[in-house]
Amino acid sequence: MQVLYFAWLRERVGVGSEEVDPGPATTAAELIEELKRRDPRYSAAFADVSAIRVAVDQKMVALDSPISEAREVAFFPPVTGG
Amino acid sequence: MSAVSVGPEDFDIGAEIAALTADDREIGAVVSFTGLVREMTAAGALDEMTLEHYPGMTGAALEAIVAEAQERWPLSGVRVIHRVGPLAPGDRIVLVLTASRHREAAFEAAAFLMDYLKTRAPFWKREAGAHGAAWVDAREADDAAAARWGDDRS
Repeated sequence: MQVLYFAWLRERVGVGSEEVDPGPATTAAELIEELKRRDPRYSAAFADVSAIRVAVDQKMVALDSPISEAREVAFFPPVTGG
Repeated sequence: MSAVSVGPEDFDIGAEIAALTADDREIGAVVSFTGLVREMTAAGALDEMTLEHYPGMTGAALEAIVAEAQERWPLSGVRVIHRVGPLAPGDRIVLVLTASRHREAAFEAAAFLMDYLKTRAPFWKREAGAHGAAWVDAREADDAAAARWGDDRS
């Protein structure tokens, strides 16, 4: 699946998007834990999960939402537009 | 014309109001909200504010917010413009226009649109100045403002 990062999360991960094999992860929260296991960059970027929001296939959802059917998962900080 | 525009271009508020009301003689009220870049921040004077967004999602998220406003209030027209990219102090960031027969619906819908836009649309502000650069933190006051319309998601 395609995984996207925005704002300071993008800066800390180091890329705006990448192709990711989710492995055993079935929810967005599990995908975060899986990424943290794979590389310390993600451990730093996702250190405070309470500051992370997620969109699955371009819809904002809760972190425990399923990602098994997802084509695109985006992680970002709380939005600050307007 | 689509109700929603997202892009780097500035907008002309008078021209937008004229376009929204041109063909409808039943409109009795238009409310306009414009958001501007403030120069002074807690960290110091701002040189530049950059708006990042999620291009694949932004348009649909704004359309959904507009559709929800149109369900809640009897609106004759809605226009939302949100700029992205680098902006300077004093620049316009966002425009919300609501038109209706009477003012109550237009006032309330404009406030609703801004409250939901601030908590549901995928935009992020980064401020840069002589002091350095930092991403703007989300404000709890914005979540509280959205919650008064029955938004219990945050």
